[in-house]
Amino acid sequence: MVTVRRSTVIDAPIAAVWDVLRDFNGHDRWHPAVARSNLEGNQRTDQVGCVRNFVLESGERLRERLLELSDKQHSFRYAIVESEVPLINYVAEVALKPVTDGDRTFWSWSSRFETPKGRERELAQLVAEGVYEAGFEAIRAEVEIAQSPWRGPAGSTSAGGAAIEGTAMVIDRHGGPEQLHAARVLASPPGPGEVRLRQSAIGVNFIDVYCRSGYFDLLTPPGAPGMEAAGVVVDVGPGVRHLSPGQRVAYACPPVGAYATVRTMPATLVMPLPDWLDDVTAAAGLLKGMTAEFLLHRVHKLARGETVLIYAPAGGVGRLLCQWAKHLGATVIGATSSEEKARIARAAGADHVILPGEASLEEQVRALTRGRGADVIFDAVGRDSFGHSLRALANCGHLVSYGQASGDIGTWDIGGLASNSATLSRPNFGHYTDTPEKVAAITERLFDAMARRIVTVEVGRRYALSEAAAAHRALEGRETTASLVLLPDDAERGSS
Amino acid sequence: MALVYASSVIAAPAARVWETIRDFNGLPNWHPAIAESRIEAGAPADQVGCIRAFRLRDGGFIRERLLALSDYDFSCTYAILESPMGVENYVATLKLTPITDGDRTFAEWSAEFDCPPEREAELVALIGTGVFQGGFDALKSRFGQ
Repeated sequence: MVTVRRSTVIDAPIAAVWDVLRDFNGHDRWHPAVARSNLEGNQRTDQVGCVRNFVLESGERLRERLLELSDKQHSFRYAIVESEVPLINYVAEVALKPVTDGDRTFWSWSSRFETPKGRERELAQLVAEGVYEAGFEAIRAEVEIAQSPWRGPAGSTSAGGAAIEGTAMVIDRHGGPEQLHAARVLASPPGPGEVRLRQSAIGVNFIDVYCRSGYFDLLTPPGAPGMEAAGVVVDVGPGVRHLSPGQRVAYACPPVGAYATVRTMPATLVMPLPDWLDDVTAAAGLLKGMTAEFLLHRVHKLARGETVLIYAPAGGVGRLLCQWAKHLGATVIGATSSEEKARIARAAGADHVILPGEASLEEQVRALTRGRGADVIFDAVGRDSFGHSLRALANCGHLVSYGQASGDIGTWDIGGLASNSATLSRPNFGHYTDTPEKVAAITERLFDAMARRIVTVEVGRRYALSEAAAAHRALEGRETTASLVLLPDDAERGSS
Repeated sequence: MALVYASSVIAAPAARVWETIRDFNGLPNWHPAIAESRIEAGAPADQVGCIRAFRLRDGGFIRERLLALSDYDFSCTYAILESPMGVENYVATLKLTPITDGDRTFAEWSAEFDCPPEREAELVALIGTGVFQGGFDALKSRFGQ
């Protein structure tokens, strides 16, 4: 018998927390692991004995019966009656208690169950972290909105000057593109070390989709997604020396929130734009270009003569990697899915393009390298490609796994890396861009490469900021190869 | 029947806070309202049924019997035998629960008692704020919050 118990304190009154938790059929609205929930028959959600059908984000299904519900104790108990996850005789209890000291809520979530032999620890961890702790954080995001700047009182500004009003595309909860909606926002006067911007172009990246859906925990709703934009400095706070009002600037980094017409943010993250670089191109290419820079110059210092395999060579980052790797003297192999994308990859400098065929990816790479394999592989596909990448590496090769477009990579035994003395890197953009010095070094080399047309940013379709949902749909539908850009709606531009 | 309930969060593991709370004769060590305490008849302080006799800083004298003590649940239940407050059938429980998120402690202190209806509001405030929350504040300043 395994016992799991987790507890936390939510900074909201018990009535607010219970209001969300009490709905036995509502967990798909807040729990990140639950994709869909349906009640069986004509039962009501607070009818003891009702059975909910879950489809998890992982695709697995389970059925759970409500055993007990108490509005007096703020608690409910439930049991798994059928599950594709092997949790046997699973009975769980959710219970809330008021923290009178501060009007907060103590929340405990516990269960007892059996598992197949040898899987106790793994499944206990799944329940404790994947279900209970993930649930805590989701509810925290749901009910602690009182602290959110988006719900703050109008005019809650720091000393000196008034807030500037603008529009943002925000989400109130994680979900599909339809969650994006316009909201009035206030950009407060910049405090020490901050800058206030009026934005003119906003880049759309796949990471924005992950923020919106909740796959990445970079955005706690309510709030706006978006990692990069260009615009003009309105004013700067005390201590900011590298920027001044009226200057053209851009940024590409967390914290998220770029889908807005005005924004106040840390100045260290914001860089001046060279005159020759227009706002739209900067917004379209900065994040992808900075990614290509640190992948090719910092994560793996690409050397002349090396063979590099690049997945998705027609995509935003992949195209820049092809161009830059070719310029650095590497032999470039692109791995893509269609002849049309293969043409884009070849135009970007790929010496060879491999397509899905009778031979596996690793066999095709070995055929192109006289059996040697690739010295370095840039893989943002993830689950579907990781094993192929390991097998396509040359001895002492370097696999750089920098994304998971096809899904989580899962768990691998690192013992297998010895079969070709492989090195594995799993870089995080944030760690390469967390100081102004690092950002300046990366952008200096990137701007130089752009100015010399070693790399070229291809700007794709432009959308009004209010059409952000349409841009996300296009991106998720894989309809696009060039970078999408959002432009503030006409009514917003030039207003103050 | 009047009910009092107070709860708080203390920034220390429950097992550590329990070491302090568990000593039925230890109120003067942590509760600011208690001046001195002794266990009657030389009994050990963790013997269920023992009686503590203690004096408040304001001079009041109280006797309480230990009804239940659980090292498993981190809880202690006791009844007032004699006090200047004018309560009857007073039974209180102080209970600690681990908060796994941050390895902190959720502390609950509750009581039920009988009293004349016109005194209920005053007594609930005295016990809830003065005794229970006063004790939590002292624990928070000792262990952190």
